[in-house]
Amino acid sequence: MAQPGLRIEKEDVGTLRLFLDGEWKLANNIPSPREVEGILSAEPDITRASFDTNGLEGWDSGLLTFLLSVMDQCTLKKVDVDRDGLPSGVNRLLALATAVPERQGARRGEARVPFLERVGVSAIDFRRSLLDMVAFIGETFTSFVRLFTGRARFRGSDMLLILQECSADALPIVSLISLLVGLILAFVGAIQLKLFGAQIYVADLVGIGMVRAMGAIMTGIIIAGRTGAAFAASIGTMQVNEEIDALQTTGVSPMDFLVLPRVLALSLMMPLLTIYADLMGILGGLIVGVLGLDLSAMEYYQETKKAIGLTNVWIGLFSGFVYGVLVAMAGCMRGMRCGRSASAVGDATTSAVVTSIVSIVVATAIITVLCDILGI
Amino acid sequence: MRTMGTEPHITVKDLTMAYGNYVLQKDLTFTVNRGDIFIIMGGSGCGKSTLLRHLIGLKAPARGAVLYGSVNFWEAEPEERDRMMRRFGVMYQSGALWSSLTLAENVALSLELYTTLKPAQIREIASLKLALVGLAGFEDYYPSEISGGMKKRAGIARAMALDPELLFFDEPSAGLDPVSARLLDDLILELKESLGTTVVVVTHELASIFAIGNNSVFIDPTEKTMIATGHPVRLLEECGHPTVRNFLTRGEARAEAKPGENPAPCFLA
Repeated sequence: MAQPGLRIEKEDVGTLRLFLDGEWKLANNIPSPREVEGILSAEPDITRASFDTNGLEGWDSGLLTFLLSVMDQCTLKKVDVDRDGLPSGVNRLLALATAVPERQGARRGEARVPFLERVGVSAIDFRRSLLDMVAFIGETFTSFVRLFTGRARFRGSDMLLILQECSADALPIVSLISLLVGLILAFVGAIQLKLFGAQIYVADLVGIGMVRAMGAIMTGIIIAGRTGAAFAASIGTMQVNEEIDALQTTGVSPMDFLVLPRVLALSLMMPLLTIYADLMGILGGLIVGVLGLDLSAMEYYQETKKAIGLTNVWIGLFSGFVYGVLVAMAGCMRGMRCGRSASAVGDATTSAVVTSIVSIVVATAIITVLCDILGI
Repeated sequence: MRTMGTEPHITVKDLTMAYGNYVLQKDLTFTVNRGDIFIIMGGSGCGKSTLLRHLIGLKAPARGAVLYGSVNFWEAEPEERDRMMRRFGVMYQSGALWSSLTLAENVALSLELYTTLKPAQIREIASLKLALVGLAGFEDYYPSEISGGMKKRAGIARAMALDPELLFFDEPSAGLDPVSARLLDDLILELKESLGTTVVVVTHELASIFAIGNNSVFIDPTEKTMIATGHPVRLLEECGHPTVRNFLTRGEARAEAKPGENPAPCFLA
């Protein structure tokens, strides 16, 4: 196989003749059009360029790109190109490549954006995203109003499926995590309390810790990673496939059809999951108490019962409910605001989880401060 | 340049396509010659796209064989299969562009992976391929920013990236305006003429079937097998099978099978 060769000759007055020979294929290291460019710039009296391809043995896209950039240069330098010497297949493909003119204004320049502008743009974006969030909360609220006035439309079977996905299906992972958190709390507490011979108060520590805060928080975080992400991904994919547009044109509000059942399901199920997580956590504490601290199970149970009190349970349940609403809203919002590409679905999922966890922590702080003010 | 004879490029032998126990098509036997523009046609839901998936190595046949040259694709070693697949260019029905990459990057990816070209050269080739499908200047757009027809054309540009010897198109002109569809037909003919590419097209656009096809297979969902092969124009003239006649004349032939009679398939050489 002959290597591609390029020979440039200047014929009579103002005519440049390019001799192409060998295999002009991409794999064969094709000569650079720079050479031609150099000659054109150096000799401004050239007005015509022509080709001789008698030695050409084979070609592919490599030859076409070479010719296109030579022709571009020639147009720039106002040199006529005589394409008669080219194989007819090349000529026809070149004609096709230039058949549809480049659309004006389609090409994008890569402008460097100054620092201040970037700061400004992100500030404006931040404001916009805040407003967007408020708008979404408002839309969800009106959707709930429609629900209570009996005008919201969604499918009951969807609702049941979502209920199952965000409750029963989550039990194994919630069990494992809560049990371990209970164990950890008990171990950490036991080391300190043992110093005073007050091992029995491990029950108080684990009981109050789990019921009042940790049960709800851990469940919230698990659900954020599990269900919130799933909401964002599934609604986001629907957005990519134009399914949400299809709902809208069918006359169904996507807020009612998609967001409402999810928020409803999660806010109903989160308190239940929280109670379950509380029990598993206390069980974890019990295991440490019985096996590690020589407490009897009855003793531990009595102490836990005495310590917890109904107020703590209510606070935990309320927190669980709030987290459920937050996670569902974050997941649905990121999904609904998803762009129209696969990577946008990934971004939506990531930001759903981040938003959920941040809002869970912020909500916990607010609830704690409120409880402190109320003295409960 | 490759010789254009009647050297078989793809040979399909007794192919049965099935999803689990559900048989979609059986006993498909046909040959695609080098330099052919081969049309796979048939009514909706007859398994055209599934047949294409068998040809491009995405789905293993339930029975039978698909041969490239003389190599049985599904009996080849995995590395050999990868090498064979690299010589295919495939355009999917809805473009299937990678949405996180710009159009130029979509075209350039296989060039980056399988050639040793410099980035500037790759960029030029990507631009050329996009220009060939009428998308000059759209290099830096993301698939989500362009229209459905443009996605389709960009998918074709990507399929052509490595100058493959075999191009598969799944409904290339569906959703394109008539002028773009015509330009696309010209492009397919040109690729065959000048680069000797073998092209397999799944389509039911009659205009383009007659304009570009020089060989075809017609598969039928009711009989669950092929009922015609050959040059589409000759099929139109010579084939007496009512389903084929109706298809090729947009139902204007109003051909019907006589009751109790099993119309003969027409396999033109």
